[in-house]
Amino acid sequence: MDRVRDLASKKAAVIFTKSSCCMCHSIKTLFYELGASPAIHELDQDANGREIEWALRALGCNPSVPAVFIGGRYVGSAKDVISLHVDGSLKQMLIDARAIWF
Amino acid sequence: MADASPRTDISTDADTDEKNQRFDRGQSTAVVASDSSDRSKDKLDQKTLRRLAQNREAARKSRLRKKAYVQQLESSRLKLTQLEQELQRARQQGIFISSSGDQAHSMSGNGAMAFDVEYARWLEEQNKQINELRSAVNSHASDTELRMVVDGIMAHYDEIFRLKANAAKADVFHLLSGMWKTPAERCFMWLGGFRSSELLKLLVNQLEPLTEQQLVGIGNLQQSSQQAEDALSQGMEALQQSLAETLSSGSLGSSGSGNVANYMGQMAMAMGKLGTLEGFIRQADNLRQQTLQQMHRILTTRQSARALLAIHDYFSRLRALSSLWMARPRE
Repeated sequence: MDRVRDLASKKAAVIFTKSSCCMCHSIKTLFYELGASPAIHELDQDANGREIEWALRALGCNPSVPAVFIGGRYVGSAKDVISLHVDGSLKQMLIDARAIWF
Repeated sequence: MADASPRTDISTDADTDEKNQRFDRGQSTAVVASDSSDRSKDKLDQKTLRRLAQNREAARKSRLRKKAYVQQLESSRLKLTQLEQELQRARQQGIFISSSGDQAHSMSGNGAMAFDVEYARWLEEQNKQINELRSAVNSHASDTELRMVVDGIMAHYDEIFRLKANAAKADVFHLLSGMWKTPAERCFMWLGGFRSSELLKLLVNQLEPLTEQQLVGIGNLQQSSQQAEDALSQGMEALQQSLAETLSSGSLGSSGSGNVANYMGQMAMAMGKLGTLEGFIRQADNLRQQTLQQMHRILTTRQSARALLAIHDYFSRLRALSSLWMARPRE
């Protein structure tokens, strides 16, 4: 969990993914579309991948990837991100965290 | 008297009646005793003649009845063939039609068929609710009343998304195929359902007048919806590519005994990837649901009512178009 918190605080927008996960690809695309440059951590390429995955599940992220953090705070999985995007909250969160400017 | 040919029935002279009588008697004209010299003989002949005439009349009527019956049979047979063809076509479309012949098959717990049935029921219920809404709007119902009906319809939409989530688990390919929709609807389908961004484009014109704030809100919603659709589409493309890569890894077309393990490994990986399809459909539906709810939040009750009516109308027209298309005369 510490590792997760640590990594999540390093950049305004952080996404945990797996290289084989196509839904992760969708969420990354969405962030790029919004003009954000999130830090991407691929769990299957990380030595501590399994540990991190376990911690993400403990946070309630199911499936464990993609797991999105904005401003160091856990936002959710694909479902949450899409819901927040539709009502405009996602953009505001990114602006508040200085991940994007407009 | 000259015997007029029985076939000639175009006569304008005074002898018409007599000629017609002769015609009715048919071939008996030869038997007509034009010689009335023998009275008693004549009388007997008269009775016989009358009987014979009646018999002939009865026979003629019987022939006509038989002809009519046969014609009826022929047209019924034609109708039956047409119905069978329609049924076949409908079955191919995936519409659930139980037949007396395959009870066992239809009870096989088929997720696709179960969903089709649920969807048909859902659609029927929606038609009812929309009619209720339409009459409420037309009768200038109060905002409170309108809100009740509108909320009911929104809740009903939640229901279809719930049903689809279950169906995605049971048979994701059935949902993706769109066979549960009519052909014209299927044409415009995206990831197992309608495209929210397109729907909003339709509505903007129908919903005027909107306040400045509402226009901005709807505009943003349209954009967000479009962005999310693009993101999900790209994810799907990545999935297809990934699947293709998995299936084509190693050598295709060559036979090698040592490839069995590879083959099984490939299949296992491909199976895993197929499993993620369900997630895409779920998120596509999530997007649709969220978009509808956000739209409802931006609009007033009255505007929401108009929006829901417009949406239903649009899809009804697509469905009607499908019916017309299926029934079109073909050479």
